[in-house]
Amino acid sequence: MASIDIESVRKSYGPFPVLHGVDLTIKDGEFIVLVGPSGCGKSTLLRMIAGLEEVTSGEIRISGNRVNDLAPKDRDIAMVFQSYALYPHMSVADNMSYSLRLRKTAKEKIASAVGAAATKLGLDPLLERRPKALSGGQRQRVAMGRAIVRQPKAFLFDEPLSNLDARLREQMRAEIKKLHADLKATSIYVTHDQIEAMTLADRIVAMHGGIVQQVGSPLELYDTPANLFVAGFIGSPGMNFLEGRYVVSAEGDGKGASEGAGIRLSDGTVVPVARRTDIQPDAAVTLGIRPEHVVISDTGMLEASVDLVEPTGFGIILHLSLHGLPFKIFTLDRDALSAGPKVRVDFPRKYLHVFDEKGDRAD
Amino acid sequence: MRPGKLLLTGAHRGAILVYVVFALFPLFWLLKVSVTPNDLLYSEGVRMWPSRTTFEHFDFVIAHSAFPTFFKNSLIVSGATAIVVTILASLSGYALSRFSFKAKYWIVALMLITQMFPLVMLVAPIFRMLSPLGLTNSLTGLVIVYSAFNVPFATFLMQSFFDGIPKDLEEAAMIDGATQFVAFRQIILPLTLPGIAATLGFVFTAAWSELLFALMLISGNDAATFPVGLLTFVSKFSVDFGQMMAAGVLALIPACLFFLLIQRYLVQGLTAGAVKG
Amino acid sequence: MMHQSMKQNRPPLRKRIADASEPYLYSAPALILIVAVMLVPLVVGISYAFRDIQLLNPFSGGFIGLDHFRALSQDDAFFGALRNTLWWTGASVFFQFTFGLILALLLDKPFYGRGLVQALVFLPWAVPSFLAGLNWAWLFNPVIGPLPHWLYALGLLDEPHNILSDPHLAMWGPIVANVWWGIPFFAITLLAALQAIPRDLYEAASIDGAGPVQRFMSITLPFLAPTIAITVLLRTVWISNFADLIVVMTNGGPADRTQIVASYIFTQAFKRLDFGYASAIALVLLVLLLVYSMLIVLLRQTMLNKG
Repeated sequence: MASIDIESVRKSYGPFPVLHGVDLTIKDGEFIVLVGPSGCGKSTLLRMIAGLEEVTSGEIRISGNRVNDLAPKDRDIAMVFQSYALYPHMSVADNMSYSLRLRKTAKEKIASAVGAAATKLGLDPLLERRPKALSGGQRQRVAMGRAIVRQPKAFLFDEPLSNLDARLREQMRAEIKKLHADLKATSIYVTHDQIEAMTLADRIVAMHGGIVQQVGSPLELYDTPANLFVAGFIGSPGMNFLEGRYVVSAEGDGKGASEGAGIRLSDGTVVPVARRTDIQPDAAVTLGIRPEHVVISDTGMLEASVDLVEPTGFGIILHLSLHGLPFKIFTLDRDALSAGPKVRVDFPRKYLHVFDEKGDRAD
Repeated sequence: MRPGKLLLTGAHRGAILVYVVFALFPLFWLLKVSVTPNDLLYSEGVRMWPSRTTFEHFDFVIAHSAFPTFFKNSLIVSGATAIVVTILASLSGYALSRFSFKAKYWIVALMLITQMFPLVMLVAPIFRMLSPLGLTNSLTGLVIVYSAFNVPFATFLMQSFFDGIPKDLEEAAMIDGATQFVAFRQIILPLTLPGIAATLGFVFTAAWSELLFALMLISGNDAATFPVGLLTFVSKFSVDFGQMMAAGVLALIPACLFFLLIQRYLVQGLTAGAVKG
Repeated sequence: MMHQSMKQNRPPLRKRIADASEPYLYSAPALILIVAVMLVPLVVGISYAFRDIQLLNPFSGGFIGLDHFRALSQDDAFFGALRNTLWWTGASVFFQFTFGLILALLLDKPFYGRGLVQALVFLPWAVPSFLAGLNWAWLFNPVIGPLPHWLYALGLLDEPHNILSDPHLAMWGPIVANVWWGIPFFAITLLAALQAIPRDLYEAASIDGAGPVQRFMSITLPFLAPTIAITVLLRTVWISNFADLIVVMTNGGPADRTQIVASYIFTQAFKRLDFGYASAIALVLLVLLLVYSMLIVLLRQTMLNKG
């Protein structure tokens, strides 16, 4: 197992930059998830770590050794591809043992390594089959098996679950997590699915436009998103955003305005917030609150009209218009199903996020 | 089935039948004349099958002519050419399919332009080049020339097969510990077997049919190939139709066998290419 | 040591050379062969066009400038061959393409025994070209072939004679043989292109109310267009160079009525052993074909740009 250091790594295809300088230190045994929309550069970064893409500038180190100029085969890493990339002309056992055979490992050693991996993944009865004769989930397991037989320095996953249906994806997600707990292998996992990122990661690296937006534990990203992008990307349904201006002398609403700070929305309503030190009064800001944190109450300070009610079974998503802006609420309260044309809502102060003009978090 | 649909299906099968007959009739006629005894050839005219059949023409061709030598020479030349070309075209097709490099455009252009050469123009220069090397009047010389002529098209054919194989597979192999060349040999080539079969068959057939260079580079019977032999035979015994056609039927066998084996891969390979383009 | 501490971003020279040369190593064997056996002889052959090269004349070999081309501009046989080439190529490509397309469409529909039928109808392609020529020459021969008798029975001929020796009809002989031999090429390429068309497009069009003709015009043809363009181009070039059938079946006769440029070159080179003149004609043919290809490519480019 190994640590991986990424130091001001850039990538461009000709004149087109794809990654604008990424710095990241991955500790030994850590499970890192690179998450972001398609085209954000997460896969490119992963492929550069694997050695499948050239590094335009910067440095990648595995266990402290610079690997920029090493061929993939000399980096001692394993990778699970989105397409699984199983060798169609080899049996499952041969697929799993290929890397060991290339390294001229002794036959008995190969047999025991493949056997152990197969047992771990429940592949024992399938060892003699060809990939064509396997289901999607089984193929996914073989791809995992191929990675773990080698005990490499690190595992790389490139959207490994995106070809599976929802139920299987959930199951494999749990298995990957168990496997990691078991093997404690350094892992880098690329996905565009924020649920996978939240559930699997020790630390999430949120990327957008070739730039790392935030690195932190899943809950850090959820609770204190560093900017509008992270705030909007993590969480489902996504965070609500309202434009406004930061005001210091709150025209008190009588309760809790003692701090004297608030956000004045376009219609003049002032939403009280805790005082922020890093923005100037009257600056344009964006107020954010997650749908699950909005409270419906008859005494709420804002009135919104109900556009759509979406029961998910577990809870209910209400689509509202707040001063003409779309706005969502997630609630477990079944009474919301029969919500009238108008509801009143409250924004609990501790759940409010404020972002400055540039979109960065303001505290 | 509705009557309209039935009519359509009937027309479809009928049209197919016309094509099959058109394709096979000349070959059938070749076979028919080759088994017709000489005395019936003129008297029975356009009968579809002679009232008596004989294998004496085949006997004569095999026992009393140089055809067995021609046949052997042709097998050697076509087989060797097919193997050489398939190896070279696998390599160059792989380069065109998987790498982007500066000269790629020029290589493709060169290979396309070679397809336009009037080959007659090359005969004299090639003869002059090969003659001091002792490669005229030799099967090796023919193999070299045929290989060069067939590499461009075979390269494009192989490229289209490689294009149909996902790049992920090599990348997985390279991460598993293979160099690109090992990945090419152990992972990609085995998956291209249909393509290799198609290329082998295509080149074999082309080399089997080549007449011009075989005629110009070879003199004498020892190194003559089947087409040359057949042509000399035609000019020598131009009235002995039975024997000529028997020789023709024999010439047909290997090429047709090869073709029947590979024709389905040919369509597959071109489909893979078409999907990409 | 120094180098490592400098943290330069360019990989070491050796690796850069190895990376950059890899594709060339793969393509080198094929390229060397093509250059040595095709390109170099071509250049030499082009030089022959400006020299006096006669195989049996030991005093030949001198540089004679444009003499061959001057002679060529006066050579009626050459212009006759040029006209015949147009006729031969045009008719062959047209019929090969038309029947090839119909065959591909027929084979694109699944039916019982399709694999076998496909193998059988593609079989002519495997027949060596000289043998195809001989075979058809025999079929046209009234002594052993049925065709003259059938044409006579149909009233197309006054008497069952050999059309290959009839100056007005002779060209049809090689053309028929060429069509027979060339249909599979078009059918195979077009069938491959047809099978690459996504099936749901047809379903969507049917649901939108398009009939079979409309589906063909609005889906099949546009999808096939690039394949058609490239195969017709390649085939045209190839057929104008293709002398085997004519040499075998008619040898240019009767009265030069089937002499095309390619067979004329052949005659000049191997019957009269005048390689210099043959090379000059071949060069003219090569230039004409290059110009034709360029025109087609340009035309396609402009059409693509408009679309």
